[in-house]
Amino acid sequence: MSVPAATECDALIVGGGVIGMSIAWRAAQHGLSVAVADPRPGEGATHAAAGMLTPIAEAAYAEQEIFGLGQDSLRRYPEFVSELEKVTGLPTGFRQDGTLQVAYDGDDLALLAETRVLQESFGVHLQQLTARDCREAEPMLDPSVRGGLLAPADGSIDPRLLSVALQQAAEGSGARLIRQAVTEVLCAAGKASGVRLADDSVISARWIVLAAGWQSATLPGLPASVVPPVRPVKGQIIRLRMSGPAAAAGLPPGLLLRTVRGVVRGSTVYLVPRASGELVIGATQEELGPDTTVTAGGVWGLLRDARALVPGITELELQDATAGLRPGTPDNAPVIGPCELPGLVLATGHFRAGVLLAPVTADTVAAYLRTGTPDPAWAAFRAARFGARGQRRRAAASQDQGGQPEAAACG
Amino acid sequence: MDDPLLIAGETFSSRLIMGTGGAPSLDVLDRALAAAGTELTTVAMRRVSPASAGSVLDLLTERGIRVLPNTAGCFTAAEAVRVARLAREALHTSWVKLEVIADERTLLPDPVELLAAAEQLVADGFTVLPYTSDDPVLARRLEQTGCAAVMPLGSPIGSGLGIRNQHNIELIVESAGVPVILDAGIGTASDAAVAMELGCAAVLLATSVTRARDPELMAEAMRLAVSAGRLAFLAGRVPRRRYALASSPPAG
Repeated sequence: MSVPAATECDALIVGGGVIGMSIAWRAAQHGLSVAVADPRPGEGATHAAAGMLTPIAEAAYAEQEIFGLGQDSLRRYPEFVSELEKVTGLPTGFRQDGTLQVAYDGDDLALLAETRVLQESFGVHLQQLTARDCREAEPMLDPSVRGGLLAPADGSIDPRLLSVALQQAAEGSGARLIRQAVTEVLCAAGKASGVRLADDSVISARWIVLAAGWQSATLPGLPASVVPPVRPVKGQIIRLRMSGPAAAAGLPPGLLLRTVRGVVRGSTVYLVPRASGELVIGATQEELGPDTTVTAGGVWGLLRDARALVPGITELELQDATAGLRPGTPDNAPVIGPCELPGLVLATGHFRAGVLLAPVTADTVAAYLRTGTPDPAWAAFRAARFGARGQRRRAAASQDQGGQPEAAACG
Repeated sequence: MDDPLLIAGETFSSRLIMGTGGAPSLDVLDRALAAAGTELTTVAMRRVSPASAGSVLDLLTERGIRVLPNTAGCFTAAEAVRVARLAREALHTSWVKLEVIADERTLLPDPVELLAAAEQLVADGFTVLPYTSDDPVLARRLEQTGCAAVMPLGSPIGSGLGIRNQHNIELIVESAGVPVILDAGIGTASDAAVAMELGCAAVLLATSVTRARDPELMAEAMRLAVSAGRLAFLAGRVPRRRYALASSPPAG
């Protein structure tokens, strides 16, 4: 196929969220010529995310590999952040002061005991806290809290600050930011060869990196067999802010000293304090397609559970309510690395853990772009794990979205 | 043995109806549904959009499992009727699992609102399968209203407390002219077997499978338990006795 006068680069990254921008930064540091295409970088799932760095608290049965990936990424975080803050001079809000998981009633305590068995089966020893210990650690907790588990190595970061810093670092290392949507992935000779942008211009690249979150599944031009099986999973999240007098009264900024996750009468909620005085409360998990409506019920449920755990939140300013779309895969694990279409590299499907997994994803993908050899350590996260059934599911998905012709650009 | 479940003129060879809430991932749910061998599965209309590609509805379509929309999260008859109508339009089915909940803490059915909603939906041409308390009188009233089945709880949703009032379930089964489906409270396989031994036509469960440590394995356990309980019911249990009876009588 004849391509009109095209700009060229080594790697074209589709999507400038925390994943795409981290890859851009790392790849540019390796000396590759990099471009990132995104009309609104950092305004997708990254903008909504709370920024918890809590691999163990997020772990579920049979998800030991995802946990291992999360642990690895958490170990990379301190260096990743200190390098980022050094080259940009910008803050990221990174802190590593642990997560306290708490139970609200007797049933919740039984659930927490189950959680502990699971977490210890992953080789993580958590400190078990009595109700009194919990309130000594976090004096603003409600007296009815029954007990908790402390994971001291967990942390958090402000994804909105992180996103700004990453963009500056990527551009500072030579990556080019193109504020346009990619309208089509172009293929030539059985290989991904470039992208078409909203203004109809074309960028050809040796590598196309798909880091467009849930929209990675809706991008025209890809053969159906390589479209990653990601779906949007809606999350509503709110941000409260501490006013001057509360701060002056000697309370910790955001009322808490560390991230608190709770089970309240069977429903889960988390509260992430920031040094700025912000307190982030999340999040719903809804299978409603690409819908980003903030609903009364969503916000009410978050406030109901958060207030049960920390009654003092009622005094805070309600600053922001957002709904974002996480890229979910059938097995909750991300899709990282090359796929069966040469030239196409996937970095999507990070679901609830995009911020946590950014360093390991960026390092892994950038190393692949430089060497052409995938890291065997993370082979479990390659797209190849989705077999025939995953493909059927994807075919059904693209029909529902108006039927992208199969392999149109690759024929 | 050919012993199909018959609801409103439709036959199902599986007597295990599954709910889809609570599974840790779509893949885990998919494998559990396969292991359960279920042919009918409830989906909460307030939590799943038919427009959402790649989610639970696609998975059910792919497996050829019939979708039974439910009105979970509704507290009034008016809300439930509205959700049922939206579900009928979106999913092209007039079947609905009717849930009208009294409060968030117990999730018990509100009998007054439930009956009112059932009346309206039956009049509107729906095939109504109401989630009800284990009250034989209410079950009878729901049947008289024209419901296609009655679905009494064993114990509160998600509690896993099993069947707290077996006597009431027996009374409901005895007088019902429509299938009785034990809905809610199943904690483990023996609970499902007991429901079937009591004469229930089917069992509906979710939490006990989706939140089990190994959902796929528990789904298989439930499939076997429902079959075993059904066979035991058909075979007829021996009467309970106070004293022993030698299994090989010395005379005869």
